[in-house]
Amino acid sequence: MLLSVENLVVKYGNIEALHGLSFHVEKGEIVTLIGANGAGKTTTLHSVMRLPPPEAPRVVSGDIRYQGESILKTQPHVLVDQLHMALVPEGRHIFGNLTVEENLQLATYARKNDSRIKHDFERVYSLFPRMAERRLQRSEQLSGGEQQMLAIGRALMTDCEFIMLDEPSMGLAPLLMYDVFRTLKRLNAEGLTILLIEQNANIALQFAHRGYVLDTGEIVAKGTSAELAADPEVKKAYLGG
Amino acid sequence: MRAAGRGRSLPTRPARFTPVIVTFHIFTGDPMFESLFQNILNALQWGSFYSLIALGYCLVYGVLLLINFAHGDIFMVGAYIAFFVATFLLGKYVSLGAALPGWLILALVVPVTMVLTSCLGVFIERVAYRPLRRKGVNRLYVVITALMCGLVLENGNLALLGASRKSFPELLEKSIWTFGTVSLTNLKLIVIVSALAIFWLLNTIVTRTRIGMAMRALSWDRFAVPLMGIPVDTIIVFTFILGSSMAALAGVLFAMSYPVLDPYMGASIGWKAFIAAVVGGIGSIRGAFIGGYILGFVEIMVVAFFPSTLRDLIAFSILLLIMTWKPTGIFGMAKTTKI
Repeated sequence: MLLSVENLVVKYGNIEALHGLSFHVEKGEIVTLIGANGAGKTTTLHSVMRLPPPEAPRVVSGDIRYQGESILKTQPHVLVDQLHMALVPEGRHIFGNLTVEENLQLATYARKNDSRIKHDFERVYSLFPRMAERRLQRSEQLSGGEQQMLAIGRALMTDCEFIMLDEPSMGLAPLLMYDVFRTLKRLNAEGLTILLIEQNANIALQFAHRGYVLDTGEIVAKGTSAELAADPEVKKAYLGG
Repeated sequence: MRAAGRGRSLPTRPARFTPVIVTFHIFTGDPMFESLFQNILNALQWGSFYSLIALGYCLVYGVLLLINFAHGDIFMVGAYIAFFVATFLLGKYVSLGAALPGWLILALVVPVTMVLTSCLGVFIERVAYRPLRRKGVNRLYVVITALMCGLVLENGNLALLGASRKSFPELLEKSIWTFGTVSLTNLKLIVIVSALAIFWLLNTIVTRTRIGMAMRALSWDRFAVPLMGIPVDTIIVFTFILGSSMAALAGVLFAMSYPVLDPYMGASIGWKAFIAAVVGGIGSIRGAFIGGYILGFVEIMVVAFFPSTLRDLIAFSILLLIMTWKPTGIFGMAKTTKI
């Protein structure tokens, strides 16, 4: 098991946001967490990643294990740098005052091997040719879709083996959205494990191997994508009938 | 030394060195032009102090969005550290065997002061700011904490060393070059050149190095920086080292130029440097640097034409007008976020 979340209870102040959440991700899988706004999807990712640094959600009980070891006390930059985890946050959070290339370069901050960094640059530029074209532009000038590509490219530059994506489809035109998902699929085929968080359950279930349905801090359904897509409850609540 | 117009008379003391005076005959003696030129030189020197301190405010603000109100007092402590290092090396406390030459003392005072003052800056960050940051409190409380740290430094100094002023020893053999009635001292030249060199160095660090890139990233979006595998605290400590060592350099140069130290020098100069940083556009390195010189020029030019008691009134009225015209400062930009 690559990532396992066990009976996770999380509080913001006095308000309990997750009530004993359990799920796991195997190496090489694409797993999705779907659910409505406020179901606790982003909170789950932030708990895993201990983000944002000062006011990360408080884990009251339960455990988060990565490759068998508890990461509840591990600082986020260590998760990225030493455990090769990555998060593409909701809203992308790219560094608008840096150029596209500087954004990618920054993600190699903690890495040492130069020839592999060069190789990863080429890989990102070939995955996202738009990024190569706009290499020297300030990244705040990019369109929403391009910013999403940059955010994914940046995560890849950290040399990640496991990537968590928070609502990558948000604000993207359908064509662009499929583009992004095709790229992710290809990365998965190359060995990247993916945990995907989506409001758009339709596309998430088309794309993932397995899924969990989250509702107000609890998992209410789980199974393979096909099972979930066929489940009448899930269909009614998340797939528009 | 009217340049400062500080309105205090400097104590006379036996000079360690006899000034070397060289006279050039370049200007044909137009008094208006010569006095203007002299004022420009003085303003460049005076503005250099503001600029060096303003850069420290700007760096910490850029990275933490914290107005580090203790920064002016870090400058003051820097000047005092320089005083003690210099008097120590002059053999005042323990005999060092042979008397060291002045240039060697100066060459030691600058780096030692910068290192010790950086330690103070980092100490304040660790003890006062970081615990608050960890708790995720509103930035306002951190700013108030910074103000209190400044007061603790000021009054700690007062308690420790008493209210009497310290007179900074003369380390540099003074050379005065005069061009007509315009005079340029070697010290003035050193101050101006050091400020420019530090600005260039800082600009290079921020725009060309990896750690500088991380600083820029932090100033834009703190949330995502750890996701790049970057230890945010290390970047913050580095920022405090840069800011404090520049304040220390300003402290050494200031003490050499106006050799009377008192515990409140940080409050007066520091506050003004902060205003200079805001006028230039806080968060912009170029802005803070130029803001320092604008304030220097305005102050010197006001004193050149009006009674010196009006200096701050007129100078800050002008700065107020600039702020009304550009509320984000001359080089500041309101951050736009794109979704």
